[in-house]
Amino acid sequence: MSGDGQELSHWFDDEAGPVVRPYAMTRGRTTSPGQHRLDLIAVVVTEEYASDPEADNSLSPEHVDIVELCRDAPQSVAELAAELDLPIGVVRVLIGDLVEDELVRVTRPVPPAELPDESILRDVISGLRAL
Amino acid sequence: MIFGRTERGKAPVEPVTLKILVAGGFGVGKTTLVGAVSEIKPLRTEELLTEAGRPVDDTSGVEGKHTTTVAMDFGRITLREDLVLYLFGTPGQDRFWFLWDELATGALGAVVLADTRRLEDCFAAVDYFERRSIPFVVGVNCFEGASRYPVEDVRQALDLDAAVPVVLCDARGRESVKEVLIEVVQHAMAYAAGRRHTVTG
Repeated sequence: MSGDGQELSHWFDDEAGPVVRPYAMTRGRTTSPGQHRLDLIAVVVTEEYASDPEADNSLSPEHVDIVELCRDAPQSVAELAAELDLPIGVVRVLIGDLVEDELVRVTRPVPPAELPDESILRDVISGLRAL
Repeated sequence: MIFGRTERGKAPVEPVTLKILVAGGFGVGKTTLVGAVSEIKPLRTEELLTEAGRPVDDTSGVEGKHTTTVAMDFGRITLREDLVLYLFGTPGQDRFWFLWDELATGALGAVVLADTRRLEDCFAAVDYFERRSIPFVVGVNCFEGASRYPVEDVRQALDLDAAVPVVLCDARGRESVKEVLIEVVQHAMAYAAGRRHTVTG
């Protein structure tokens, strides 16, 4: 327990803030080596040749979850964050690790400042009408 | 052990993903609108304010504050196996504008949801999209008990460009929301065509 004198200069337990816990999964890292900032709708796909991630001791359970989830069906970064109940920043770092290990790949959405093809927009309109 | 992949004959389809933002003041019905058309119950993602160690965040003197969590609700519409539209409700509080930049990057367009009883709540969103040249549509959410105004009055009150569509809608109604989204895409197409014309002409 903290003494009175120390309370001013140190944070203990909850006082250190909840930020510590989510980012403990990334070992404190807030960016991945790839440095690319993944869009919320970037799609993560597990590489077909990715071996059983559970056998890889360097991976955390959260890494394994991502590989397994994206093997069943490609998932957007936002969906992964919601599914795993982790902050987006944490999920980005974890995905960055997996890209580095070549266990998953990320398909880029339409480049920023560029509108998608007119034909895609037409498809969106007819798709919405058909809902 | 589960080896899901070996049972599947073909590789999963990698969809093209698009996003439309839903902005507007607090309590105007953003999440309701997303939920009206989403095939999933709107999901919530969270971002910590301290994320990426934003160097501009000077936290000295506010150490007791720890961290702030910003929630964003989003929904999904699978239009085709290979074409998926995401709807993102923007965080309502003005102090999270920096998160909007990230959301707005690559967005197809936006819906600014307005409530005629407190129209001023959506001024900030209108300004934001205007300044960044992001095509947007103003959807006037027709709340029960609120008086109806002609769309032209709303347009004038918001000082909107003549090209910006203003539509009356019911954020709870699937058909109504579909119409609003179609309007956004059509407006984005016209907007892109106009820009191409300016560049080439």
